Amino acid sequence: MNHTPVLFTARGWLVLAICVLAAALLPALHLALPASHPLHVSGYLLGLIGKFMCYALAALALDLVWGYTGILSLGHGVFFALGAYAHGMYLMRAIGTEGSYGSRLPDFMVFLDWKDYPWYWAFTDHFAYCLLLVVLAPGLLAFVFGYFAFRSRIKGVYFSIITQAMTYAFMLLFFRNDTGFGGNNGFTDFKRILGHAITAPGTRVALYLATLATLAGALLLCRWIVGSKLGRVLQGVRDAESRLMFIGYNPLSFKLFVWTLSAVLCAIAGALYVPQVGIINPSEMSPSNSIEMVIWVAIGGRGTLIGPILGAFVVNGLKSWLTAAFPELWLFALGLLFILVTLFMRRGIVGTLPGLARLLPRSARRQPDAIKEEETA
Amino acid sequence: MRYLRRFFAALALCLPAFAHAAIDPALLRPLAGDDSDARVEAVARIAAVGTDDARKVLQALLDGELGTTPAGQVLIVHDDQAFDPATGTTGAPPDGIDGIVVNNRLRGATEAALSGLALLAPRREQRLAAALALQGSRPDPAQAPLLRKALNSETDPAIQAILRQLVATADLNATDPALRRAAVLALADDGTPALRPQLQAMLSRHPDGSYAEPDASLRAAAAGTLAAIERRATRNDIIANLFYGVSLGSVLLLTALGLAITFGLMGIINMAHGELLMIGAYTTYLCQGLFRHYLPNAAGWYLLAALPAAFLVAFAVGVALERSVIRWLYGRPLETLLATWGISLMLQQAVRTIFGAQNVEVANPAWMSGGVTVLGALVLPYNRIAIIVFAALVVAAVWLVLNKTRLGLFVRAVMQNRRMADCVGVPTGRIDMLTFGLGSGIAGLGGVALSQLGNVGPDLGQAYIVDSFMVVVLGGVGQLAGTVLGALGLGEINKFLEPLAGAVMAKICILVVIIVFIQRRPQGLFALKGRSTE
Repeated sequence: MNHTPVLFTARGWLVLAICVLAAALLPALHLALPASHPLHVSGYLLGLIGKFMCYALAALALDLVWGYTGILSLGHGVFFALGAYAHGMYLMRAIGTEGSYGSRLPDFMVFLDWKDYPWYWAFTDHFAYCLLLVVLAPGLLAFVFGYFAFRSRIKGVYFSIITQAMTYAFMLLFFRNDTGFGGNNGFTDFKRILGHAITAPGTRVALYLATLATLAGALLLCRWIVGSKLGRVLQGVRDAESRLMFIGYNPLSFKLFVWTLSAVLCAIAGALYVPQVGIINPSEMSPSNSIEMVIWVAIGGRGTLIGPILGAFVVNGLKSWLTAAFPELWLFALGLLFILVTLFMRRGIVGTLPGLARLLPRSARRQPDAIKEEETA
Repeated sequence: MRYLRRFFAALALCLPAFAHAAIDPALLRPLAGDDSDARVEAVARIAAVGTDDARKVLQALLDGELGTTPAGQVLIVHDDQAFDPATGTTGAPPDGIDGIVVNNRLRGATEAALSGLALLAPRREQRLAAALALQGSRPDPAQAPLLRKALNSETDPAIQAILRQLVATADLNATDPALRRAAVLALADDGTPALRPQLQAMLSRHPDGSYAEPDASLRAAAAGTLAAIERRATRNDIIANLFYGVSLGSVLLLTALGLAITFGLMGIINMAHGELLMIGAYTTYLCQGLFRHYLPNAAGWYLLAALPAAFLVAFAVGVALERSVIRWLYGRPLETLLATWGISLMLQQAVRTIFGAQNVEVANPAWMSGGVTVLGALVLPYNRIAIIVFAALVVAAVWLVLNKTRLGLFVRAVMQNRRMADCVGVPTGRIDMLTFGLGSGIAGLGGVALSQLGNVGPDLGQAYIVDSFMVVVLGGVGQLAGTVLGALGLGEINKFLEPLAGAVMAKICILVVIIVFIQRRPQGLFALKGRSTE
């Protein structure tokens, strides 16, 4: 038995490298070619792909906990949104006095008749501090939540339900105006990032490339983790947690590590998302958004790393097209996708389509079959 | 003999007519004067006469139809006719009539006096309305005679109680200490919280250090009354919170009970549960439409038809779901979750396509609007009471089905040991289908209840799905009693937290409490005893 599985074959790496290169070249087509040129890539398309890459990063993070550790989180939206809010705080401060009211405070604070920033907004005018906050705030939440949940061995469906309750509670909290994050409007109308106008083509390309680099880096990191001994233990947690404990492992620290890491990756995705999309509001934390993330993973193929990335692109591409062309059909299509994938495509696209499956080694291809649902007791 | 009786009856009918001449010109004259105090007093004294003419005079004063002749006669001038309230005669208006000008103070006094006069109206509803209207204002001592008169002639005990309280309130500011004392003592039994400022004013000091109420023993009595009112207010608050807590709890119970069966007993994570509630609510809407169209006379009773209809529709949808999707996913709860979420999206969109994205209007039937007043100040709405009763009935029915019927026996057998049940001949597949249908049907009943409380729209189910799961998980999976206790407990905690923290924060607190609680007791309030490790 191969104890250090290569997740991707040589061919797989090649395909992946080509994809990353192609994605990296798109901005050049956007900047260098005139708008009339047939190969010109519009700013809209670039922004859309940038957005999808953020979703893909979130899906990748979710795959780490669901696909490899068997922990289904229905609350990853909260980490995504917290990362976005943390970065959004900097972007709000960067607006300066150019808001509608000309105050140094954001418009919503002027509206609430606040005289100064609340304490938790301190230092948020420093970009570096906000980046730290992007990692620390969701990371801390995930750590504390995970510690208590995993310590009392909450798993399976129960864990899913309380993560859903968590994101629901956060959504209610952020909907309040008094929470100090803009209530239901959230943060929007950003002007600049690090001194560059946020709508300028150069800034957008830079954000796009940063997202691409982060996604590629995160993929490598996850690939390294699941291939390491740690990854084997995680899969042990997924397949037979009790047996793992009898052997002498304490799953708590392993689960906690991967859970927190996943939350942080998701938060980074959110932080990259907010300057590209230009708005963040509490509806990102609604339970349905988190469940949608799960479906990206399920459709792409869980426990494959590359699958969730593909799933995020396919589902969101479909969504962008359908919501524009047939707005009534989108929810039908999404719902049907959920049902068909769970009934007929348990391994997702990557596991089902033979051409794609060849990118994976045999051992990885078999994995979804080995997934044993322990929570049926 | 018969003629004699008729004669007396006719005499009784004439009696009000005799009252015409009752207003003393001496009472009317100050109205035309300049002394503001005298005019206000005159208004109160005219009101105290209490006849229909007195009401006419005051109304005319408000409407600017009261005039005075150079001779000092006060007349009501209306449509070129002058009516003399002092004599009860009508004639052409004399020359040189001057309109009586009403300032704000006099207008206020007149309006108060008029509503006081309505206390003497012949119909009970009018008197009750007038008494309730006066309860909102603060009667002053000038109105006391009128109130007393009304109290003496009142026969209805409910109005009497209000009037007694009004008299006492008016007497609080009387100049006679004996009256004040009687008022303070009377209010100790039935004073409302609205009187607090007035009593506190009695206890306060003037800037020079003297008390507003000179009599020390009276101050002590007022302090006692104030304390009694506070006690009653606290008690009423607690009772109101208890009631609304039970009410919220029964709503939660109705939404969660179906889930207690599908999730609790069968282990199916049915994310489409909220949509089954929505289907129940929309069935109610359809029933209402059918009744309005075909049985307009019995439109108020559409709810009774909606109950079986909602149950059957939701039952059918549930059975269809179970046969088509869910039965392939037994033993894979996380995937059931995703598939049922997909179902919920499709059901939502289907309803949106059929009925539109807007909320539809489901009206409370007439017999459910209004409420019963208890303890003087507390109104318990009928629709809330109906839902509490309904929740109790549904719980009882579910308990009976599960524990006293053959189906219930099979359901429990399949849930406890599927293979053994199969071996002894229980049709497990059919039982699965029926159990899921039963849970769905109960969700449909919950939907009928929800349609009576709030908006009915495609998103109806989404608002309840998290709460429903919380209730079931909190109560302990597979435990009917746990679900009941969980729902009522959550309802109560929510209502008692709300005044302290606000509605949204209360909700957030509860979610946090549940999350923490599940950490401590993953099996919920009532854990099934067993030896399984997972």
